[in-house]
Amino acid sequence: MNKVINDFTITVGTVNGSGSSTANNTILRSIFKMGIPVSGKNLFPSNIQGLPTWYTIRVNKDGFIAQHEERNIVITLNPNSFARDLASVAPGGAFYYSDDIKQPVTRTDIAIYAMPVKTIVKNDPNVPTDFRDLVGNMVYVGVLAHMINMDLEKVLAALTFHFKGKQKPIDMNFNAVKAGAEWAKANLVKNDPYQLEAMNKTDGLIMADGNTAAAIGSIFGGVQFAGWYPITPASSLAEALNDYLPQLRKREDGKHTYAVVQAEDELAALGMAVGAGWAGLRSMTSTSGPGLSLMTEFAGLAYYAEIPVVIWDVQRIGPSTGLPTRTSQGDLTFAYFIGHGDSHSVIMLPGDVGECFDFGWQSFDLAERVQTPVFVLSDLDMGMNQWMSKPFQYPNVPMDRGKVLWEKDLEEIKGNWGRYLDKDGDAIPYRTIPGNKHPMSSYFTRGTGHDEYAKYTEEADMFLKNMDRLKRKNETAKKYVPAPILRSTKGSTAGIIAFGSTEAAILEAQNQLENDHGIKTDFLRIRAIPFTREVDAFLAKFEQIFVVEMNRDGQMYQILLTEYPQYASRLRSVAFGDGMPASAKWVREGILDRYESGTLPSTKGAGKSGVKKSAPAKRASAKSTPIAKKTTKKTVAGPKSKAKRK
Amino acid sequence: MTEALPMAGAAANTNLAGLTKNDYRGNPSTLCQGCGHNSISNQIISACYEMNVVPENVLKFSGIGCSSKSPTYFLNRTFGFNSLHGRMPSIATGGLFGDHHLKGISVSGDGDSASIGMGQFKHVMRRNVNMVYIVENNGVYGLTKGQFSATAEKGLNLKKQGENPYMPVDICMEALVSNATFVARSFAGNPKQVKELLKAAISHNGIAVLDIISPCVTFNNQENAFHSYAWGKDHEEPLQEISYIAPRSEIMLEREMEEGEIREVTMHDGSIVILKNLEKGYDTSSRFEALRVMEESQRNNWLVTGLLYLDTTKPSLTSRYNLVDTPLNRLTEADLRPARASIDKVNALMF
Repeated sequence: MNKVINDFTITVGTVNGSGSSTANNTILRSIFKMGIPVSGKNLFPSNIQGLPTWYTIRVNKDGFIAQHEERNIVITLNPNSFARDLASVAPGGAFYYSDDIKQPVTRTDIAIYAMPVKTIVKNDPNVPTDFRDLVGNMVYVGVLAHMINMDLEKVLAALTFHFKGKQKPIDMNFNAVKAGAEWAKANLVKNDPYQLEAMNKTDGLIMADGNTAAAIGSIFGGVQFAGWYPITPASSLAEALNDYLPQLRKREDGKHTYAVVQAEDELAALGMAVGAGWAGLRSMTSTSGPGLSLMTEFAGLAYYAEIPVVIWDVQRIGPSTGLPTRTSQGDLTFAYFIGHGDSHSVIMLPGDVGECFDFGWQSFDLAERVQTPVFVLSDLDMGMNQWMSKPFQYPNVPMDRGKVLWEKDLEEIKGNWGRYLDKDGDAIPYRTIPGNKHPMSSYFTRGTGHDEYAKYTEEADMFLKNMDRLKRKNETAKKYVPAPILRSTKGSTAGIIAFGSTEAAILEAQNQLENDHGIKTDFLRIRAIPFTREVDAFLAKFEQIFVVEMNRDGQMYQILLTEYPQYASRLRSVAFGDGMPASAKWVREGILDRYESGTLPSTKGAGKSGVKKSAPAKRASAKSTPIAKKTTKKTVAGPKSKAKRK
Repeated sequence: MTEALPMAGAAANTNLAGLTKNDYRGNPSTLCQGCGHNSISNQIISACYEMNVVPENVLKFSGIGCSSKSPTYFLNRTFGFNSLHGRMPSIATGGLFGDHHLKGISVSGDGDSASIGMGQFKHVMRRNVNMVYIVENNGVYGLTKGQFSATAEKGLNLKKQGENPYMPVDICMEALVSNATFVARSFAGNPKQVKELLKAAISHNGIAVLDIISPCVTFNNQENAFHSYAWGKDHEEPLQEISYIAPRSEIMLEREMEEGEIREVTMHDGSIVILKNLEKGYDTSSRFEALRVMEESQRNNWLVTGLLYLDTTKPSLTSRYNLVDTPLNRLTEADLRPARASIDKVNALMF
């Protein structure tokens, strides 16, 4: 039988709440420790116990770690999803199941392995009765380890990490792994091609989830106040603050330099954070779409009152119950225009776990510099799943606390200042902070209706002047937001614009477009709004630009259309949101559906390419007919291609 | 809260903080002539002046409504935040973390606190945020021209609104059952009591709720209405006479002691509140007693005023957080950014 080395997917179907996450993380970490690029995604229901849940692992030697639709190895312990799981295995794949499930196995085109998960654990006298189900999950880890050559030493390392070195649970679980592996060795004959082989491609990398990275980044940014309210998938961000703040900001006197308050709702969560930002603290909140809705009024107030605060939105699908445990990029236009009256938010768009860390600290600098709420839009896939990442990098610049006047500053200018006075011409005024003891320090804060000295006014001229300055402030913000990342391919004829967690899928799709369809593309990953001049340049370069995003309406596309009407005819929306993380397949097919062959890089202004009505990208669509001839040499434009940070 | 400053050379009309009463004033009020809220603003000015409060050591907060406009009309030298309708408590909660040595003086109304802001009102009680929470209570929405508020009594008739069919919300009861640590009721037409209660509230380290019946002269001042001057004057039943005595370290106080004193309460800052009970043995430390008195007064159509409940043993929110003595907003990068070496530790904590 042919071997397929380091290029397949593993899907584990279990019952939610059965404790399989330790087992699944162990598989993920073991493969990572074997040096093989890997990703793991938890596809879980909104439920505490009982509903089916799946964990998918993608192993890929070339570093393509986006979600992949093909199911090569499927393991199921859940009778309720058994039939569905069995049907999902791709031809030639492998199906493992717990042999206590007595259901017909109807397929002959795949390898079938029944595992005595329950009996192996039952026969181990060292496993207490209450732990049987939990430890039972480790049996499939062991069986799989034997069948795909997963290194048991790495499994032990993963368990040691998970149980923080506590010997008793490590032993109990590892014994179950070994028992599973030994049973497989004695009883199973390998009848599928999928195998692991150690590599060195994860050397120097760490594994972390975006929410933890964001929290730790925020701590390195000096977070002093966080107000929050529980919501999936953002809760673990605030919980990570609670976990890591005591360690990282420990003082000899045992006193605290921060406060984290769980609020009664999201209105209060942002209200507290805005209050703390107003009072001079590095202040934040973290939430998801529904919470952001409740925060809208305060976000609008903070924009007009010019109060620095950082708002993390770990995006999920839709309102209310809906698909709360599924990922999305559906809050972009909402966050951009949030508030009442005119407003343009400053938005940061981290694209990976490392950037969640970086934007964790940079967002405070940005918020305090520009004196405005800064929205950081992550998503469930990035926030809650474990990703390979470069180690977190210590901040390379000192903190920027922005324009603040303390007592000595006021002494120097003899108290002559105005809270909303544009003294420097950059539209950013100076502010004082409550607690300042100078008699001229105080001012009264309101939404609109204030003059340059924060005095109450309803004068039309004054209102207009202030609105104009707020708009100019957005221009100033361009100097401080992170520039996009451009990945260019020699001879590219089209551009791709995307943001956030879709990067892995896009890199893989670029590779497929080039190798299978001869379409070379440049990829611009936008990392912030307002857009910087790099975005202008990218739009000017190509006659076809595909804007890829995980939502229905093409929200980034809409914002680009508004900001760059002169390039409207070049932009094509590839938008799709069904709650699953982006895959190379739908990116590729979405682009192919809209691609017009025969276009060349533009040399002047807006191109003449016709506007094709954009239909929603269809995941199921199998249209992959080559559109342009393969004329170019195969150059891998995947993770290997040079990334330029401008 | 109060600060002792040298007296030497101070003019006769300056207080121990070296400030004149003018230093405590705000902009001219834009509320209606005769509005109870203006009287309360004046008592805030007097209380702070008499207590030698340094204006920079206070933060003012409010929500939205007539009452919430009033922080503009007192303490001009104090930072203030006129926030959102019903959301003053959250702004204050976060704002007071900036410098935990500061005291909050917050003004809200019955519309702001008993309806749209009821959730935040209740939660700021249980957190025991260190601020005076004044509810200027007139039973009506003034700025939107006279709709019923949730504290309006059942059966009240208002122009354009007809008859109010609902039972009222009682601010003091709500505060009490939410574990507020200082609960008092007063009447804007009784400025001396308002002032003395304000002083006690300012000295309290924690949430101090002052439900002040403050008649709306424009929309709700009918003789028979609960939130009117005439009704208040006729039905006010003070629970006790109350006197506030500044901390002993600052001034002599024996002269202010009154005969018939029954209970002295020592506040966190060492000041003393003297309660001269009118009713035999009223116990301000009993929540049960406070609820009983309120229930009784409701049945008898009395406006019971005075300090209903006081608990000085509970820590305020910021004291619970064990903060460094330096105000958080004065900390610098050295205090806030973990050392360079810790990044390796963090990376080692990841897999």
